[in-house]
Amino acid sequence: MINIIWALFIIIGIGYSLAMGDLNAVNVEILNSAKTSFDMILTMLPIIALWLGIMTIAKDSGLLDKLASFFAPVLSFLFPEIPKGHESLGFISSNIIINLFGLGNVATPFGLKAMESLQTLNKQKDTATRSMITFLVLNTSGLSIIPTTVISLRVMHNSTAPMEIIGVVIVASLISTVFGLIIDRIWGKVCDNR
Amino acid sequence: MILFSKLIMPIIIITIISYAFFKKNNIYESFIKGAKEGVEMTINLFPYILAMIFSINIIVKSNIINDFLGLLKPLFDILRVPIEIIPMAIMRPVSGTATLALMNDIFIQYGVDSFLGRLASTIQGSTDTTIYILTLYFGFVGINKIRYAMWVGLAADLIGIVASIVVVSLVF
Repeated sequence: MINIIWALFIIIGIGYSLAMGDLNAVNVEILNSAKTSFDMILTMLPIIALWLGIMTIAKDSGLLDKLASFFAPVLSFLFPEIPKGHESLGFISSNIIINLFGLGNVATPFGLKAMESLQTLNKQKDTATRSMITFLVLNTSGLSIIPTTVISLRVMHNSTAPMEIIGVVIVASLISTVFGLIIDRIWGKVCDNR
Repeated sequence: MILFSKLIMPIIIITIISYAFFKKNNIYESFIKGAKEGVEMTINLFPYILAMIFSINIIVKSNIINDFLGLLKPLFDILRVPIEIIPMAIMRPVSGTATLALMNDIFIQYGVDSFLGRLASTIQGSTDTTIYILTLYFGFVGINKIRYAMWVGLAADLIGIVASIVVVSLVF
């Protein structure tokens, strides 16, 4: 799947540029994307190191397990395959909470730890499990209470009411998350029954 | 609310550290251990990010998506979807930076407090970069058979965008 999408993006992109005769943009982009991705790593590295440090404190002190047991009813409903008290549940709950506050960059290291920990439960190491897909649906459907990035951009553009979108964002992201989870549940059941 | 969003990070940090402090944990050692792991983790991420940025930027900069949308304009007119928002909606699952740039353009061109400005903000706030997240997270643990993950993620994005248009039209 990733194989196909990755190759198609490049083939279609370069093919279209060749057909349109617009070679400058594509040439610039081939050189630039390497630099852009390295810049991204450079910005991410200190954030990930700092937050993974903080999170390890939370994990070693048992706070992460406390958090997971607080959310246990919700988590066992969403992730029936994960055994109770598994360490992935702590990572999953912290990732979701941080996403709720719109801090996507900070949530990434927690999400990656959750995936790493879900992978230890996986019997076919190259294939996604249902829990992983449910977890990623929660991540990609953008459920949020405070869209921090958007609000700060609205402030930058001198909005008269930068906060007025919070209500609609909550409603829209709640709708997409709920439907995303329903589709995920049904699709997962259908796949398992095959 | 602004104050509240500024309080989140400090509160998370002070809660975690004081909890560990009163539990008499070795806080400093835990932090260093985690930070070290974070450095390795980020460096291991580089190939995945490079691969994704490379292929996403090539298709974005080729303009094929915008040109293709021009052809679909009559359809969006019938559905009463504002055409100005479509490039952003299409880009949203693929590229975070491209979407932010498009939202910026909408703010400058139509104003941040216009209908389009509010709609762009809502779409930005209520959806996420699905393809990027999927490749990053699955790539990181070495999974290449992602089954139905992409379809569910994209369906949720589509629902989020439609919901944004409907809710923003109703509220404002």
